Amino acid sequence: MKIAICIKQVPDSWAEKKMAAGVLDRANVDAVLNDLDEYAVEEGLRIVEANSPTKEAGEGSGHSITLISMGPERATEAIRKALSMGADDAILISDMALAGSDALATSLVLAEVIKKGNYDLVLCGTESTDARMSVVPAMIAQRLAWAQLTFAGKVKVDLAASSVEIERVTEFGNQVMSAKFPAVLSVIEKINEPRYPSFKGIMAAKKKTITTISLADTGVAASSVGSSAAWSAVKDALPRPARGAGVKFTDDGHGGEKLVEFLVEKRLA
Amino acid sequence: MSTVIFLVDHAGGKVAKATGELATFAKTIGESVAIVFAANPAEIVSQLNTFSVDKVITATGDWDKNGAAAIADGLSQIIAAKKPNALLITSSANGKEIAGRVAVITNSGIITDAIGVDKELITTQSVFGGSTTVHSVVTTGTPIITLRANSIEPVATTSTPPVEEFAVTLSEAAKLATITSATPVVKGGRPDLTEAAIVVSGGRGTNGDFKPVEELADALGAAVGASRAATDAGWYPHSHQVGQTGKTVSPQLYVAAGISGAIQHRAGMQTSKMIVAINKDPEAPILELADFAVVGDLFNVLPQATAQIIARKG
Repeated sequence: MKIAICIKQVPDSWAEKKMAAGVLDRANVDAVLNDLDEYAVEEGLRIVEANSPTKEAGEGSGHSITLISMGPERATEAIRKALSMGADDAILISDMALAGSDALATSLVLAEVIKKGNYDLVLCGTESTDARMSVVPAMIAQRLAWAQLTFAGKVKVDLAASSVEIERVTEFGNQVMSAKFPAVLSVIEKINEPRYPSFKGIMAAKKKTITTISLADTGVAASSVGSSAAWSAVKDALPRPARGAGVKFTDDGHGGEKLVEFLVEKRLA
Repeated sequence: MSTVIFLVDHAGGKVAKATGELATFAKTIGESVAIVFAANPAEIVSQLNTFSVDKVITATGDWDKNGAAAIADGLSQIIAAKKPNALLITSSANGKEIAGRVAVITNSGIITDAIGVDKELITTQSVFGGSTTVHSVVTTGTPIITLRANSIEPVATTSTPPVEEFAVTLSEAAKLATITSATPVVKGGRPDLTEAAIVVSGGRGTNGDFKPVEELADALGAAVGASRAATDAGWYPHSHQVGQTGKTVSPQLYVAAGISGAIQHRAGMQTSKMIVAINKDPEAPILELADFAVVGDLFNVLPQATAQIIARKG
């Protein structure tokens, strides 16, 4: 089984984010592995471990896990972290022409790279904590014409049948969905508890291969990606006016009553 | 005149409240056309009579079988045939996936999580935890815009719009994933978190006791939310988590009880019209954000407020 896991380096979600020239200013904030992608990495490892004669991922397992990421050179930091969890190798698509790419362009590039890898399963997190659109996994599935099994809270792979079944968890309830390989999955954060990289894993990750490729290597035209090719344009981005200073007081035993008075005055109760 | 189509969101035979908002947005832009994918469209269409709808297009079929892929395929065929000026969809997990696929199929730009769209199809989004307001416009194809629930007050009208049946022939690619069983969310007496006009949330300060939070929510007819600290501790179901990795809500009133207000939580509730916070810690960041803040113990303040509301109702 060949598994690909899409990961992204994002600004630390604890950091304050600002816009620069209509896009998120990424250069001036700490960057980390998107924490929702860690669940995808963990789930990929668990799928391999469950189907490995050695009960471990890696060479003896007969399966492989390749990380695929699009981003600047410094994204290798986030990739190393996922490699140290246990993934086998990685492909980084890095090109100045990709800067400012939107979800449509990102999914286009990722789909082209996935196409060349002959994978059975592609795993993603449900969203990146920076853009938060949550559409890239669905777009990749559409572009590849592969089955889309997203928002999985449980994943069951049947290797003999080349099929996968998930429990999709959404606000409308749960659904059991199944499909034959190849399929694109996204996993929710309650699916597992991502492992911490072990010392051995961190050392091993230093020797693992990260293949950096350019946009030209993917076969996608430069005119289809980047900010100039975006399918939508930001007209302006303004800091939201600060909320007017509110009423703040210390509970004197009548806090609840005063709260209700406020709500009544605002016609909210 | 512009024509704007919007996807009617329904589950268990009931049309979602947020669909009325899409109709209202569509009507402010031009001709408002509702798209209904259902096994029995008549049951759904009859509920659209109070919305701002000029026309209904129905596609009869087993739409519960293949999920987002099938509906996206159907919508794309309707776009190809009817050439509308825009497509509006509610910003749910499912809605955004459908929108994303339609964008790929029709080679169109997509804007998600908008809180407004005007006559010129310029959208408003609130990003980075509500700290920045962004105006954008789709520049390629048919603008596909997903709108958050509670973005506009739906205009109620009475109309009996004409209904047209549209025949969709699903592509093989849309049938690759099959839904074999579904368990709808067991509805309590409370409204849906993302649709509720009022949300009362509890955090670490509840110490696992959500009773005062739930009682205030019920007195206000509100939904119950929770911070990540509370759901991670197993005090409240994950489906109620508000924040960066949970739901984004923008109700008329958000009550945060025992929630400190970390940036991740604020990202999920900062666009609420009115914020009330109760926290023991006078330094809690949520108090600075609140329109009305009480420094105090939620176990005293909430029950007192609940009793007061019940007393007022008589």
